Amino acid sequence: MTETFSHTPDDLAAFPMPRAAGCPFDPPPALRTRQSDAPLSRVRIWDGSTPWLITRHDHMRTLLADPRLSSDVTRPGYPHLSAGAKAGNDARRSFITLDDPEHARLRRMVTAPFAIKRIEALRPAVQKIVDDLIDDLLAGPKPADLVQAFALPVPSLVICALLGVPYEDHDLFQSNTKAIVHRASTADQVVTALTTLTDYLDDLLAAKLARPQDDLLSVLATRQVATGELSRRDAARTGVLLLVAGHETTANMIALGTLALLRNPDQLDLLRGADDPRTTASAVEELLRYLNITHSGRRRVALADIEIDGQTIRAGDGLVIAGDIANRDPAVFPDPDRLDLTRDARRHVAFGFGVHQCLGQPLARMELQVVYGTLYRRVPTLALATGLDELEFKHDGVVYGVHELPVTW
Amino acid sequence: MRVEVDQPKCVASGQCVLLAPAVFDQDDDGIVTLLDADPGPEHHADVRESAAICPAAAIRLVEK
Repeated sequence: MTETFSHTPDDLAAFPMPRAAGCPFDPPPALRTRQSDAPLSRVRIWDGSTPWLITRHDHMRTLLADPRLSSDVTRPGYPHLSAGAKAGNDARRSFITLDDPEHARLRRMVTAPFAIKRIEALRPAVQKIVDDLIDDLLAGPKPADLVQAFALPVPSLVICALLGVPYEDHDLFQSNTKAIVHRASTADQVVTALTTLTDYLDDLLAAKLARPQDDLLSVLATRQVATGELSRRDAARTGVLLLVAGHETTANMIALGTLALLRNPDQLDLLRGADDPRTTASAVEELLRYLNITHSGRRRVALADIEIDGQTIRAGDGLVIAGDIANRDPAVFPDPDRLDLTRDARRHVAFGFGVHQCLGQPLARMELQVVYGTLYRRVPTLALATGLDELEFKHDGVVYGVHELPVTW
Repeated sequence: MRVEVDQPKCVASGQCVLLAPAVFDQDDDGIVTLLDADPGPEHHADVRESAAICPAAAIRLVEK
């Protein structure tokens, strides 16, 4: 697809742009050029439309905080991720695709379990999940695929417990998630996967209504569905969003983060030797910044003319806001391409910015702190069991990562 | 320094609670609450950083 559009008569660059060979952790070089030479300029996406590409950290924060930008995927001009994503819009309608005040109304129904104290209370359970999976890994054959043996099960088990989804059904939600987050999926594949998952959550909500338990779906069922505040179908869509976002992103951070640390042994040593939990917490922020796995850009459409830095974004214009390059902005992060676990990376935009900033971020942080703080200490000889050039990266994923990570110890 | 929070704006990202737990807390829904509207100078740097990081601009500082 990239090839088709790279020779268009008006010579407008196609987005997404390719990463450089041998640099799997760095954003595409063309994004770096844009950031320095034309930080607010247009690109051409898969459907031929030409949204703005936003590359600077300050522009990203300013624009994502601006209520004149809409996340409503049904508005003309919205720059859809792919044909599949566009086709799945109706099936995916939830707070992530809505603007305030409806966005805030729906989001607030599910914020309670993500409060810091509630998340901290889950830490011992997450530690046990991590420890048990490492026990199994060490008892099993080597080499092993860290993605299947560890990176995917950790957040899947956690989000299942939090939502009240039976983990035995992980094949169903993991395989359907794969179709949803693959940019090359057809419209039919995305719609089928979304419908399958929504039906599944819908049935679960019915069961929770009949017999509530101590989990988020039961709260949604008894407080919102039973009172008519939310239809069961809309509650199911919220459930799908939390289930998909709750395991896919963290899984990629675990596997890709491990690879990045194995390739930066001095940083791995630093993390492994850290006594202070604040060092691990800070390492998590830096890995979030450095890897910025949400490499497809935050997508918005302008509701009004917006002046920014001498340019005018017109009402109806689409915007692709590229957090991966914003997180490498040298104006904010000195020597931005260096993984430095000791830097203050807190102003990263890996979770986005503005009212849509990641709901699950407190959970993601805690899970990654437990994982990064445990895995390399318990398996000090952990090593890649294949060459870097043998690995397959998720270039076509809505979220970036590795498909498999063969490791030994 | 005087700290004000705008609860209707808060999106429960929780970062202020992690940064300045002596100044910010959350209610049962994860929405920001203020523990100390007039924090001592030892908290000022963290409070300023909290305001800068808040994705929803829900923290306002009035420097005295």
